[in-house]
Amino acid sequence: MTVGATLETPSERASYLRAGYSLRSWLTTTDHKRIAVLYLYAITAFFFIGGIAAALIRLDLATPGGDLLSNEGYNRAFTLHGVVMVWFFLIPSIPATFGNFLIPLMIGAQDLAFPRINLASWYLYVLAGLFTLYALIAGGVDTGWTFYTPLSTLFANGYVAAALLAVIIVGFSSIFTGMNFIVTVHKLRCPGMTWSRLPLFVWSLYATAMILVLATPVLTMLLILVCIERLSGIGIFNPDLGGDPLLYQHLFWFYSHPAVYIMVLPAFGVLSELVTAAARKRIFGYWFIAYSSVAIAVIGFLVWGHHMFVAGESTYASAVFSFLSIAVAVPSGIKVYNWIATLYKGSISLDPAFLFAMGFIGLFVIGGLTGLMLAMLAVDVHVHDTYFVVAHFHYIMVGGAVTAFFGALHFWWPKITGRMYNITWGRITAALIFLGFNLTFFPQFILGYLGMPRRYHVYPPEFQVLHVLSSAGASILAVGYLLPLIYLLYSLRHGQPAGSNPWGATGLEWTVPSPPPKQNFAEMPVVTRPPYDYPIRDPMSRE
Amino acid sequence: MSDQPAAHSPYAEPAQQREADLLGMYIFLVTEIMLFGGFLTAVYVVRVLHPEEASSAAKHLNLWLGSLNTAVLLTSSLAMALAVQLSREGKLRATSAWLCLTVVLGLVFLAIKSVEYYQEYAEGLMPLSDGMRPLSKPGEQLFFNFYLVGTGLHALHLTIGIILVSGLTRRVAHSETPLPRRAVTVEIVGLYWHLVDVVWVFIYPIFYLAR
Amino acid sequence: MNGSLQLWPQQASGHAAQLDTFIMAFTVFVALLVIPVGVLVFVFAVKYRRGKTVDRQHAPNRKVWLEVSWSVVPFLAALGFYVWSTSLFFELRNPPSDTLDIFIVAKQWMWKAQHPGGQREIDELHIPVGQPVRLVMNSQDVIHSFYVPALRVKQDVVPGRVSSLWFKADKPGVYWMTCAEFCGTDHSVMGGRFYVQTADEYAAWLSSSGVDQSLAASGEVLFRKYGCSGCHAASSAVHAPDLAGLYGRAVALTSGETVIADEQYIQDSILLPQKQIAAGYEPIMPTFKNILRDDEVIQLVAYIKSLRPASWRVK
Repeated sequence: MTVGATLETPSERASYLRAGYSLRSWLTTTDHKRIAVLYLYAITAFFFIGGIAAALIRLDLATPGGDLLSNEGYNRAFTLHGVVMVWFFLIPSIPATFGNFLIPLMIGAQDLAFPRINLASWYLYVLAGLFTLYALIAGGVDTGWTFYTPLSTLFANGYVAAALLAVIIVGFSSIFTGMNFIVTVHKLRCPGMTWSRLPLFVWSLYATAMILVLATPVLTMLLILVCIERLSGIGIFNPDLGGDPLLYQHLFWFYSHPAVYIMVLPAFGVLSELVTAAARKRIFGYWFIAYSSVAIAVIGFLVWGHHMFVAGESTYASAVFSFLSIAVAVPSGIKVYNWIATLYKGSISLDPAFLFAMGFIGLFVIGGLTGLMLAMLAVDVHVHDTYFVVAHFHYIMVGGAVTAFFGALHFWWPKITGRMYNITWGRITAALIFLGFNLTFFPQFILGYLGMPRRYHVYPPEFQVLHVLSSAGASILAVGYLLPLIYLLYSLRHGQPAGSNPWGATGLEWTVPSPPPKQNFAEMPVVTRPPYDYPIRDPMSRE
Repeated sequence: MSDQPAAHSPYAEPAQQREADLLGMYIFLVTEIMLFGGFLTAVYVVRVLHPEEASSAAKHLNLWLGSLNTAVLLTSSLAMALAVQLSREGKLRATSAWLCLTVVLGLVFLAIKSVEYYQEYAEGLMPLSDGMRPLSKPGEQLFFNFYLVGTGLHALHLTIGIILVSGLTRRVAHSETPLPRRAVTVEIVGLYWHLVDVVWVFIYPIFYLAR
Repeated sequence: MNGSLQLWPQQASGHAAQLDTFIMAFTVFVALLVIPVGVLVFVFAVKYRRGKTVDRQHAPNRKVWLEVSWSVVPFLAALGFYVWSTSLFFELRNPPSDTLDIFIVAKQWMWKAQHPGGQREIDELHIPVGQPVRLVMNSQDVIHSFYVPALRVKQDVVPGRVSSLWFKADKPGVYWMTCAEFCGTDHSVMGGRFYVQTADEYAAWLSSSGVDQSLAASGEVLFRKYGCSGCHAASSAVHAPDLAGLYGRAVALTSGETVIADEQYIQDSILLPQKQIAAGYEPIMPTFKNILRDDEVIQLVAYIKSLRPASWRVK
């Protein structure tokens, strides 16, 4: 039993982390692994900024009178929370950290297709982040993360242009990442790594990259138009000048609905990896899962109108969007059933990563099915713009995507850092997050059906019990999110060296040392076996 | 030798890198199409909702200069295409000459556009001077504002293209970009230029031909 | 409204009761999908725990019929719900013809209502029980959304267009009325009281509300005051459309289209007269946008709605 820091292993000394110690070597790196770590730092910082905004919101909502924050202060808090969490945490989280780190390793490549563009995308992210921080410090933005016109163009009083610029710039960061991933997967697969042997994580990031590339430019253009309107007074969205506020909503949701699939598809990819590794079993229905990612990406572009059922959309259009929104739920359902079928007759280890995966499955299914509820027109008329919607998307975004992010963190941490963390604390965190999450957000379904509107911090006293439960849950959730900061950072110096494959998983990333050297593979790997090639006892089961 | 991609690059051989560069540029062009596509969709919606105002606003545009500009830009694309072809044949001086012509034609386009903008300013059509008085109806102002935003963004992209092609012309002329080995560089810059041209091919009818 | 815990909203209309039935049925459907998922994950995690000796033979990787059926069956069930929900939605979008029309103006941060008899209220709305009511809504500034949870209906109120919403309340009482689209600083407090009253109570409220004239009568005064009759009267020298019987009629436009003259059309004709020109007429009508207040526009619209052709009997 060593006292103090665990000494550096030979693989650590030769790893990508040690190839150059200076700050400059980090800030001018083109190594995808280092860029992933740079992103990890940046998104963690923004996660906590968004989390502080969330804490303020839940504290204010504990009493019906809006006593903590002023009306305007509350509006700024939820706007900050939304903008930071959507664009500065959720959208880059899995792709820019785990995607960047793992895609080349998983396909047998030495780096992404365009390493310098990769670094540029990080710098754009940081620049956008600085604009956001400026908007926050200068006095905040109070339009909501959706920036609906004409409120944002004509009536809002905050630093709207700065916030819009931030989102425009971070959009370019997304586009570069997406472009890089697509070209990498097409052009840099090692010999034998056919499309049918790609890990499902790569498939899902490929589908995500498609959306990044196709949807983000529409948002960029829209926000440029809003900026111009705000600064020059032209009237694209101003009915007094011949414009149409609803045009904004159509263009905004044309991006923002696919954007939620940007947030959740990588989480699906992570789940496929976690479930197979935990069960030590080949994935059930490989092609159904692979193609369902693509199907979600495609159909996801056709459902944006379900955000506008009561906004003035025609009855006929609403009926069509409702139907398509039901259709898009089908491929997601397929994945969940396939993961469960993978567990059947597996050999399951309850490591923290798998506990997060279990939490994901439960929470995502509830989130997804309440989404199906919202797709039902008559229901949406009642609960649109209420806490029901807030609960629905938090179940998917937080219960789903953030949980998957934490699962990925606990699974690939040993690979990224070379150190193993305390497993017991990992399990405790998974449990705390699951319990805290449900306590925070389940009451919000009830609040929503009761008619509590979104973006309200003053409410009827008979809603208070539910709000207090929700805020109590939020405090548990906060502890759950803070704990990993402690034990993961602790493991960097005091954790046991991890070895190249601590979980006994398949995948090329587990064949290189932990942490990997700067050059991923000493020799180009050649792949001959199918993916998830765990021992299969029965020679009768088909590939 | 230096025929191989640099040591830190992930490519095993040059052909792989060429293909990746081309695919990367195509994807970037797709994003630009979505960018302008979103914008032009908004314009089209306005045209359909306010057909008469669009038509009367478009009458204030200078159809001759707009058409002339279209011809200039299409010719510049031709020059660019020839440059690409010659670069594949390794003809440094010829490539350089056609690239130079492309830049010149791009600058001619910008000059003509400036003349147009100045004319519009003189007639009091610009938003900041005089509040667009010749355009009496709101729908007309909106359409004209779209014209300004669209052509402005296009001009910005064209300027970026001019800078890229100028830089490339210099590098080719000084043999810093070896041909035909790195002809793919000329090709991807060419692709960007063609996109700027294609965007104009949509902007021109949607605005100038709305009359 | 009491101060204790509330877990279910009040049902103030038949539609509310129907929606609650739908939601409960759908929740059962959701539970039928969620519970097996949760149970199986848990059961498998325990039963097939690593190190446990258990039969892992013949573990399947692919069963197409299973994949297809567990996709198709829930989808078909969801389609059944789709049909049910869409029919409820169509009812919401098709008001009956005998509605009591109340005009609503939404502005930062209050709801203003005008009854046909001219009675006005702010942040309150009184309506009679059992009578279909249609709200004809305008916004003065940003997008708001009129929402009464007890009725289970809401509609965004978008500036530049007329939005409408109809309902029939069945249970007298006082309910919460809110703004459900974020509209700026005081969005959280842009709420009010929605009173569903018996016929007697409603009549009493109407008569006790201070009112000089009905909306249409006020509109008639404005019609003369601002010179509308100068062009639109039958005896006028100016060739302007005759407004008698206009509301609800199909109007041919110079652009070739035909539109129905609803509140939006009438309002636009006053404020944006160039937007849609009636066929056979010159676009010479001036706009009254900076001349009329919003409530005056509402009064004029009410007056024009009330004009019937001379051959019809006036009720």
